[in-house]
Amino acid sequence: MLINIKDLKKQFENEGLVTKILHGLSFVINEGEFVAIMGPSGSGKSTLMHIMGLLDRASEGKYEFAGRDVATLSDNELADLRNAKIGFVFQSFNLLARTSVLDNVKLPLTYAQDKKNIDERARKVLENVGLGHRLDYFTNQISGGEKQRVAIARALVNNPSIIFADEPTGNLDSKSGIQIMEILQKLNEVGNTVILVTHETYTAEHAKRIINIRDGIIVEDKTINNRRVAHDGDLLK
Amino acid sequence: MFDTITQSIHTSLAALLSNKARSFLTMLGIVIGVGAVIVIMAVGAGAQSLILGQVKSLGTNIIGVMPGGSAEEEGPPASMMGISITTLTYEDAMALKEKKNAQNLVDVVAYTKGVGTVSWGANSYDTNLSGCSAGFVEVEDGELDQGRFFTKEEERNLSRVVVLGSTVRDELFGESGAMGQRVKIKKHTFSVIGVMKERGTVAFQDYDDQVFIPIKTMQKLIAGVNHLGLIRAKVDHEDNIEQVIKDVKLTLRERHDIIDSSGANDDFTVRSGAQALDVITTVTNALKYFLAAMAALSLLVGGIGIMNIMLVAVTERTREIGLRKAVGARTANIMNQFLFESVAVTLLGGIIGIIGGAIFSFLIALGAQFMGYEWAFILSIQSILLAVGVSSIVGIIFGLYPARKASKLEPVEALRYE
Repeated sequence: MLINIKDLKKQFENEGLVTKILHGLSFVINEGEFVAIMGPSGSGKSTLMHIMGLLDRASEGKYEFAGRDVATLSDNELADLRNAKIGFVFQSFNLLARTSVLDNVKLPLTYAQDKKNIDERARKVLENVGLGHRLDYFTNQISGGEKQRVAIARALVNNPSIIFADEPTGNLDSKSGIQIMEILQKLNEVGNTVILVTHETYTAEHAKRIINIRDGIIVEDKTINNRRVAHDGDLLK
Repeated sequence: MFDTITQSIHTSLAALLSNKARSFLTMLGIVIGVGAVIVIMAVGAGAQSLILGQVKSLGTNIIGVMPGGSAEEEGPPASMMGISITTLTYEDAMALKEKKNAQNLVDVVAYTKGVGTVSWGANSYDTNLSGCSAGFVEVEDGELDQGRFFTKEEERNLSRVVVLGSTVRDELFGESGAMGQRVKIKKHTFSVIGVMKERGTVAFQDYDDQVFIPIKTMQKLIAGVNHLGLIRAKVDHEDNIEQVIKDVKLTLRERHDIIDSSGANDDFTVRSGAQALDVITTVTNALKYFLAAMAALSLLVGGIGIMNIMLVAVTERTREIGLRKAVGARTANIMNQFLFESVAVTLLGGIIGIIGGAIFSFLIALGAQFMGYEWAFILSIQSILLAVGVSSIVGIIFGLYPARKASKLEPVEALRYE
């Protein structure tokens, strides 16, 4: 049991105005799963991902990550946990500008406890996502699909237990999007836990399980028996 | 800990290098501030050495006796405040000259000074009238260009003779010879018996723009007074100055019927050249540090500029901060990163300022030397340490607030920031 969520609630307060986003969610995610969290915009799926990814805290309810009660952890402990166990892939890539591809991928390692062979480790992950020839390029010199692969390499470089991908194909053309989904599926096949957040049914169908969220509650939690398999070159419908 | 710091330094430098133009402009405030501190300290030290050199050239084995007591040991005598005090007389000066009173005194010169117009034929010239005793040549190292100085006899019997400073000679006589000519001062006619060699301005006194008149003649015919403005005396050796000052005080107290030996009731003040040097050093030091403090104010302005830019940088890089936190940066990592950035800017600015300031001060020194001043190029380690210290402190203080602001950002807020 990697993630154990019980009656999780989240609300935001802005100048006395309370906005309730999540209204009590409960589910469990085990190691090795590939879960898509799906819902339209405003459903609360991104908020849920931020809480699951230890970037934000729940207002109420229980959240255990890798056996630890998140509510009891300090900000720095959360930072260490993110560094050691979590990889993020964002819709807008979030790469450092005016910085080389290699340095971008090295970034999590510079904050890690173990700083041995940083260059070598980053280079190897970049080769695995097919960017071995782009190490010294700056991030403004490569294509969108390549940027997202750099982001994936950055998410993988610290050997995380879980990868969160927030609309990873949202800013990409269909071909690049399929490449990204293919990489995520392959990562899952070799044992990585992958959480995919998306509003597209088509993209979500690449996962093994879909949790459907609407207006802050789970409306559906189903297992996909014959999921889509992404092949390089496939086109989105 | 060490890793965190090297990581932060690396990140900070990368950020600075990636935005060279802005980093440089931010730095400029510090460069100018530090440069100004260095230049002012160096120019101040140079000017100080020039002034002290001038005062020293008056002779450190000279003591001065001024009329009127002084309230405190180091303070100026009342006569320096523009009050006319009549307690010092020609007879006092002559008494000091006697070996039994002060055996280490070589010679004494008594002064009564004024200003007036000297005329020769149709030419006239306003100048300083320096009534002095014959000891002038010995005490002040006066050298004659032509003729001779007046004798002790001429000094005593109201002789109407004058010795001209070179400027006065040039103004009145031009190319024609001055020796033996008759000049008029206050309706009295004087014979020119000598002309002094050109000497220039020493310790703010233009030796060339003067007419030297025998003291008694000056007192009776021109100034109409009986007292002296100043007595200066030459001591045989610097080591004996203290002894001579004691002897002079004893002699004058005896002559003025002052019983109190504490000095509180003295109607005269004795100062040595060394004391004058001390006073001048104190004054010029105060001036130097005051100016440096003013220059340091510009560092404050530079620091505010840095804070401004760092705040902009924090806002601009909100998403970057969010990302760094998402991949595991702790609060301290972000804090250090921005703090190192501002310290690096100020420190580098400080170093450039020191180099620029040093070059500029050196050029000033060269220029002053070219114009004939004995101006030394002095770059004190003190001013360098001050500049480096102040600029790093400015970097830390003005970087602290933006750095804290950056480190306190919530990762999710920062990532959402557009």
